[in-house]
Amino acid sequence: MTRKRRRLYVLLLCALGLGSATALTLTAFRDNLVFFRSPSDVVAEPPPPARAFRLGGLVETGSVERATGPDGRPTVRFRVTDGAHAIPVAYSGVLPDLFREGQGVVTLGHLGADGVFRASEVLARHDETYMPPEVAEALKRAGHWNPAQGGAPPAAGWNTLDPARAAPARSGGS
Amino acid sequence: MIPELGHFALALACAVALAQGVLPLVGAARGDARLIALAPPLAAAQALAAFAAFVALAWSFAVNDTTVLGVVQNSHSAKPLLYKLTGTWGNHEGSMVLWVLILALCGGAVAGFGRRLPGALQARVLAVLAWIAVGFLLFILATSNPFRRVWPPAPDGQGLNPVLQDPGLAFHPPLLYLGYVGFAVTFAFAVAALLEGRVDAAWGRWVRPWALAAWAFLTLGIALGSWWAYYELGWGGFWFWDPVENASLLPWLAGTALLHSAIVVEKREALKVWTVLLALLAFALSLLGTFLVRSGVLNSVHAFASDPARGVFILVLLALYVGGGFALFAARAPALAPAGVFAPLSREGALVLNNLFLCSIGAVVLSGTLYPLFADLVLGVKISVGPPFFHTAILPLAAPLLLAMPIGTLLPWKRARLWPVLQRLWWAALAAAGALLLALALAGARVWPALGFAAAAWLIGGAAADLADRLALFRRPAAAWARARGLPRAAWGAALAHAGLGLTLAGIAGMGLATEALVALRPGESARLAGYTWRLEAVRDVAGPNWSARRATVTVGRDGAVVAVLEPERRFFPLGRQTTTEAAIATDLLRDLYAVLGEERDGAAILRLHHNPLAPWIWLGAAVMALGGGLSLSDRRVRVAAPAPRGATVPA
Repeated sequence: MTRKRRRLYVLLLCALGLGSATALTLTAFRDNLVFFRSPSDVVAEPPPPARAFRLGGLVETGSVERATGPDGRPTVRFRVTDGAHAIPVAYSGVLPDLFREGQGVVTLGHLGADGVFRASEVLARHDETYMPPEVAEALKRAGHWNPAQGGAPPAAGWNTLDPARAAPARSGGS
Repeated sequence: MIPELGHFALALACAVALAQGVLPLVGAARGDARLIALAPPLAAAQALAAFAAFVALAWSFAVNDTTVLGVVQNSHSAKPLLYKLTGTWGNHEGSMVLWVLILALCGGAVAGFGRRLPGALQARVLAVLAWIAVGFLLFILATSNPFRRVWPPAPDGQGLNPVLQDPGLAFHPPLLYLGYVGFAVTFAFAVAALLEGRVDAAWGRWVRPWALAAWAFLTLGIALGSWWAYYELGWGGFWFWDPVENASLLPWLAGTALLHSAIVVEKREALKVWTVLLALLAFALSLLGTFLVRSGVLNSVHAFASDPARGVFILVLLALYVGGGFALFAARAPALAPAGVFAPLSREGALVLNNLFLCSIGAVVLSGTLYPLFADLVLGVKISVGPPFFHTAILPLAAPLLLAMPIGTLLPWKRARLWPVLQRLWWAALAAAGALLLALALAGARVWPALGFAAAAWLIGGAAADLADRLALFRRPAAAWARARGLPRAAWGAALAHAGLGLTLAGIAGMGLATEALVALRPGESARLAGYTWRLEAVRDVAGPNWSARRATVTVGRDGAVVAVLEPERRFFPLGRQTTTEAAIATDLLRDLYAVLGEERDGAAILRLHHNPLAPWIWLGAAVMALGGGLSLSDRRVRVAAPAPRGATVPA
């Protein structure tokens, strides 16, 4: 086999490999990209029912209800709000340690036909003062925080749907 | 005083590295033997200075010196001494000092063990390493001084993030960095070869031990991180395709490819340009990993220390090193004439195929990791790419790679025929088919785990067939022992590493059969999962050195006999007001019984119970892979050429 011929084979093989990798990546991207949506986004443009997405916002103060499902699995229902709109969420699983009312949360799941978001994962961070960046962004977009006017206000004071029940701001948070 | 000495030592290391980066390079260019001979002592001096700085920092953490900002932010007097010491690198500044220390020690090792290297090549390698060190030392001194003082001193530190107070994570960064920095050495060899314009079999022999050592450490580091995520995060999974995990997987994939193509350079003097490119790529991906983790551009559970300003600095370093490396490559690569000629169907061809698939997988992982970042910065859309993406995109690439693996190891060099090789593998194929049918029969029609078991059996059987073939075990059993003693350790190592991957695959397939249940139990009540009875005995308060906890006692029984007692906890760290979940795991190496304690409500505790068949094999397999790498490293042929640093073969 000549050197030229061999180089041709190697190049062909590389092109084949890269081509298939690109094709696989693009197909997988099409089906598996998970978008982040705030409650306002969901209300403005309801996503298709079977499509998974991430819903983020604050856990509405006073909305957390714990119950036991028909199959004996403990479930939690709560509402995720960005101040303008709120979406009910149902989750069956162990809640993260820092899941609190009035705190930022990101949930992964899909919207049911009844308008309830069925979460398969609930993420809250290991740090009490932490606000997921997407959530901070969503709150900004909902018009509840203008970054030009300083840092974010304490998370617990964000529930504007029912200000009377909002928990007082914790000290020490930043 | 000690912190100032440490700071001075860092600056000294930077100055020495600058000299080490310039003088030997000039010497090598002019053929000046005196300047060339300067490289090893300068490398030793730099290693000494970096070591002094690291010791000073560790000392500040050990005595809890609260006038040092890093200690105040990341340590506390009530912390056990082990975590005080590991806290040295549990934060951004300290971890960069560790990075530089390991780099300097690797330079020292090249200087000390590489006496057989041609002087000019050694000088150039050390100079390139020094330039990398200069960049990172400047980064530390300019943006993240670990010795910054605070006045007045704080009464006590703020504590280390409790998730990081764990033996697994304590040793995860050093191992990972040993891997990353090991690829800095292969990068330096590649750049030196480009400068010299010559790559030959001897170069392959010097590069391979470094690639092997780096790869073995990276394997261990990744496995340790994955194991930590498994038992500490308490989510029951072992790999989440988190960007930071991917950042460590990328250099591993490139390093694995490098490891294999370096064999071709060493044995056949072919694929030289490609191997040099891979060496550049492996380090580029290591730097990318450092950048992704350290800059905080990623929104990840692991990014515990991040600052955008630092990100720009690392990005500039990344651009300089990688851009410089690739520019040099573009200018010099055509001069590296290929020598060995081979047919497509040969050992060389199989190794090309291996490289092709590994690089394709790497490309997929890279795009999946970087695309969300790109979409956020350019398109302004917040998206994430989860496990489903990686599974659907990687599986079709991994399957042919796994299929070809045992065949490739049996192909002869230069020119091969497929049929005799397949004949020698017939019983490995039989084992794979047997595993497939057995898994289908025992676990119900679960196709993916069954295919995973089949692939595992195929790999392990293939490794055994390879060894049996080399020993002529069946053709001449009497002489097998003598042949076994004569067989190079590299052959044993390769077979072991391939079998280790099989073990890991079996573990992953076993995790595919995992079952879990979420239950709310009152003390005395029990639940059933996977044939076991899980009975909650009690939930009580316990106190630790710097935490208090709620601890549940769960007795797991089967057929009336107690199998294990699990004690999952939720720990509360008053400092920083953080809570962590401590999963309880009982293993017999064939399955893990895994319990996580959730919240308590109305006298009942919420428990998540997992039954994970073969889970420990995932990390066991990784340890076997690293052991194979170590065994290969101890091969006499490798040692004669350029011995690796001492301790490189010791798995954690």
